[in-house]
Amino acid sequence: MDLTLRVWRQSGPGDKGRFEEYPAKGIDEHMSFLEMLDIVNERLTLEGIEPIAFDHDCREGICGTCGVMVDGRPHGPWEGTATCQLHMRAYSDGDTITIEPWRAKGFPAIKDLVVDRRAFDRIIESGGFISVAAGSAPDANNTPIPQEAAEFAMDAAACIGCGACVAACPNGAAQLFVAAKYSHLSLLPQGQPERWTRAESMVDTMELYFGSCSNHGECEAACPKNISLDFIALLNRDYLRSKWRNRRLAGQKG
Amino acid sequence: MQLDAKIPAGPIQDKWSNYRFDLKLVAPHNRRKFEVIVVGTGLAGAAAAATMGAAGYHVKAFTYHDSTRRAHSIAAQGGINAAKDYHGEGDSIYRLFYDTVKGGDYRSREANVYRLAEVSNAIIDQCVAQGVPFAREYGGLLHNRSFGGAQVSRTFYARGQTGQQLLLGSYQALAKEVGAGTVELHTHAEMLDLVVVDGRAAGIVVRDMETGEIRTHSAHAVILATGGYSNAYYLSTNAMACNGTAAWRAHRKGALFANPSFTQIHPTCIPASDESQSKLTLMSESLRNDGRIWVSKAAGDGRAPGDIPEDERDYYLERRYPAFGNLTPRDVASRAAKVVVDEGKGVGPLRNGVYLDFAEAIGRLGKDVIEARYGNLFEMYERITGDDPYRTPMRIYPAPHYTMGGLWVDYDLMSTIPGLFVAGEANFSDHGANRLGASALMQGLADGYFVLPYTVAGYLAGMLGERPVPTDHPEFEKAAAETRDRLARLLATNGSRTVDWFHRELGKIMIEHCGMARSEEGLRRALAEIPPLREEFHRDVRVLGDNESLNQSLEKAGRVVDFFELAELMCRDALYREESCGGHFRVEHQTPEGEALRNDEDFSHVAAWGWEGEGAEPSLTKEELEFEYVELAQRSYK
Repeated sequence: MDLTLRVWRQSGPGDKGRFEEYPAKGIDEHMSFLEMLDIVNERLTLEGIEPIAFDHDCREGICGTCGVMVDGRPHGPWEGTATCQLHMRAYSDGDTITIEPWRAKGFPAIKDLVVDRRAFDRIIESGGFISVAAGSAPDANNTPIPQEAAEFAMDAAACIGCGACVAACPNGAAQLFVAAKYSHLSLLPQGQPERWTRAESMVDTMELYFGSCSNHGECEAACPKNISLDFIALLNRDYLRSKWRNRRLAGQKG
Repeated sequence: MQLDAKIPAGPIQDKWSNYRFDLKLVAPHNRRKFEVIVVGTGLAGAAAAATMGAAGYHVKAFTYHDSTRRAHSIAAQGGINAAKDYHGEGDSIYRLFYDTVKGGDYRSREANVYRLAEVSNAIIDQCVAQGVPFAREYGGLLHNRSFGGAQVSRTFYARGQTGQQLLLGSYQALAKEVGAGTVELHTHAEMLDLVVVDGRAAGIVVRDMETGEIRTHSAHAVILATGGYSNAYYLSTNAMACNGTAAWRAHRKGALFANPSFTQIHPTCIPASDESQSKLTLMSESLRNDGRIWVSKAAGDGRAPGDIPEDERDYYLERRYPAFGNLTPRDVASRAAKVVVDEGKGVGPLRNGVYLDFAEAIGRLGKDVIEARYGNLFEMYERITGDDPYRTPMRIYPAPHYTMGGLWVDYDLMSTIPGLFVAGEANFSDHGANRLGASALMQGLADGYFVLPYTVAGYLAGMLGERPVPTDHPEFEKAAAETRDRLARLLATNGSRTVDWFHRELGKIMIEHCGMARSEEGLRRALAEIPPLREEFHRDVRVLGDNESLNQSLEKAGRVVDFFELAELMCRDALYREESCGGHFRVEHQTPEGEALRNDEDFSHVAAWGWEGEGAEPSLTKEELEFEYVELAQRSYK
């Protein structure tokens, strides 16, 4: 099939950026979306045009490196699919495809379709972990975990940290990412001792970079791993409780 | 050069405890005086950086990704082994050790493998405590499944995303240390050279991938945890950015490279669909627990799988290896697939696959059970191929996946350059000529959490009072200048072909001649074809853009340069090793039934190659392998 791409080009953080049109001719429906971009890039190189910078790595939908807006939808038209897993049979001959980077205040531009998502890591650094020094853990079967709880935690832990939720949100909020990361740990018995400091510090750090959640629900629709909005409810409730509990604990200390 | 593996004395069960007792320690208040560089933040690197940071050392961690959570460890699907014997099957540390040495076709070092098995249980404890949501039984205890090459269920897993969950565990542990300031994290920072001063690893040269700036960092010790080199084949299951540059640059600075030809071709990947294919996707080996592998008995059979009656199908693994059936180790399963495809019995539009069929398991267990076990893998398969594996068998074919070879290390995981440690897939030590499924995650975390924190400390203890070499030392400036020149040359060539074109051509040579089956003739041809292609690359490659902003073609060009040299060494090693063992199958050396034929008399050793300069023949140093506990035998999975 022959396609036309409208691609966002931006030489660096200081550049204003613009759309450029490139033909993508003779594309096979079995190709992945990123293989289509590879081909366009090889052709651009031979024409002397600098190839389009885009993030990608595992191409199996698990590393969370890839992610672009395709016709205004994060990761493109397929539900529950990262960009690298999108295949060209989603398109037909003659289509024009518009490709843009994630656009959010929390994700500053680096080049073309590549943005800086390191704010996510700052949130994890503030409390998205369970503290356990290597070698100090008790036997793994000491604490039975009901299968349902482990599965529920796993549903949240499936988040790949791609940032589609932020890109989809009209407010540029990161609630779904933070809720997934928070819930994974806080639903498990091992995550209880740090639960309330975790809730408070992760949310407070998030607020430094990202907008506020107003329950649009666009994030859930955009998530390539189908992470549920319910986790946001858990995060919000725990954040509120943490403000109350942490203050009381602080008072007791004094 | 003499290689001393520094294996501690004593019975194998006591070696690691004796070693730790004899170790020189660094007292907590002295640890912050030591700087340690960790390159790569996958399972091994993140675990090492987090553990050493928490212990009080001043750690600098480097990754070329934007975040440490992206490392390719994340893509491991099936699971992680441990000798817990939670299910009363007679498993033990000794059995895991034995299976791993046998699975590696007796080309690994006993003492290292025993230690790996010994710490395996602590890894599971550590991960559960970190919040890794492993699969559980209804009673809340941990569930296990079986994997190729083992007759016990010792594999712990988190759906089909075990690597992801383990990596997130170590990523979070590392993030905690970054937040606490004990680890200084450098992202989008690619190591392009190792700096050696007075024979010791003194630091690294790093390129800031966003600004192109070349920086140098020094430390008391350098740990490389930079993964494997399967992308030398171009098409592999590795992520696009996986490369051998860090290891290769260290090799050029004096670190010996061991058994480079020991590569693993994973039996269950989705076959390539056309020329534009950029990588191959793995389908977890765990699928072989319930899937049956078959082809039609007739060559060139054009019928749809459902139209081929039961008695006209060849379940060739079950037929050839009744004891292990579909769960034979990876090397054996891969070669068996190649045999039937070469006989013209391949399936699919390009006749380049075999069936992996779940009909029998779905009939026996129900669709729900299969969905709970493999749902995400089935979904992934359908998204890529457009076929529904609940209705029609999957098509699979082997693809390069893992490299057992790597930088030579001793029992301390230290390379032949003092102060340079190598962990995880980047070293050569634990898997011999073939790695068993679910053992890569085990090794990465073993090295990172439980081995390096001791052995690196032992090295540092002798340096108390010494400062790291300052980065204005001439060796640092020389290495940085050479790196800048290399990059400038790549940008200035402005030839007529893309980096990918060269990489694809190299890959074709490698998979053809140094893949699943190797012959003297083929390897000689590869050795004749690679150098001219490399020269053409340096003459005719086109890398656009500049060095002052993100330049993905430039990054890739640098990696492909190193793949050329590494690929040559892989072929040279494959040619040298006149035997078949594990993933290394020389067609000249096989039994009448077509099984690998080892030559223990002449090749029961590690072949460690030394860099002697561009265009010069590499030097060979041997480390003889001694087997005191495992009896050498022809591996039989019948």
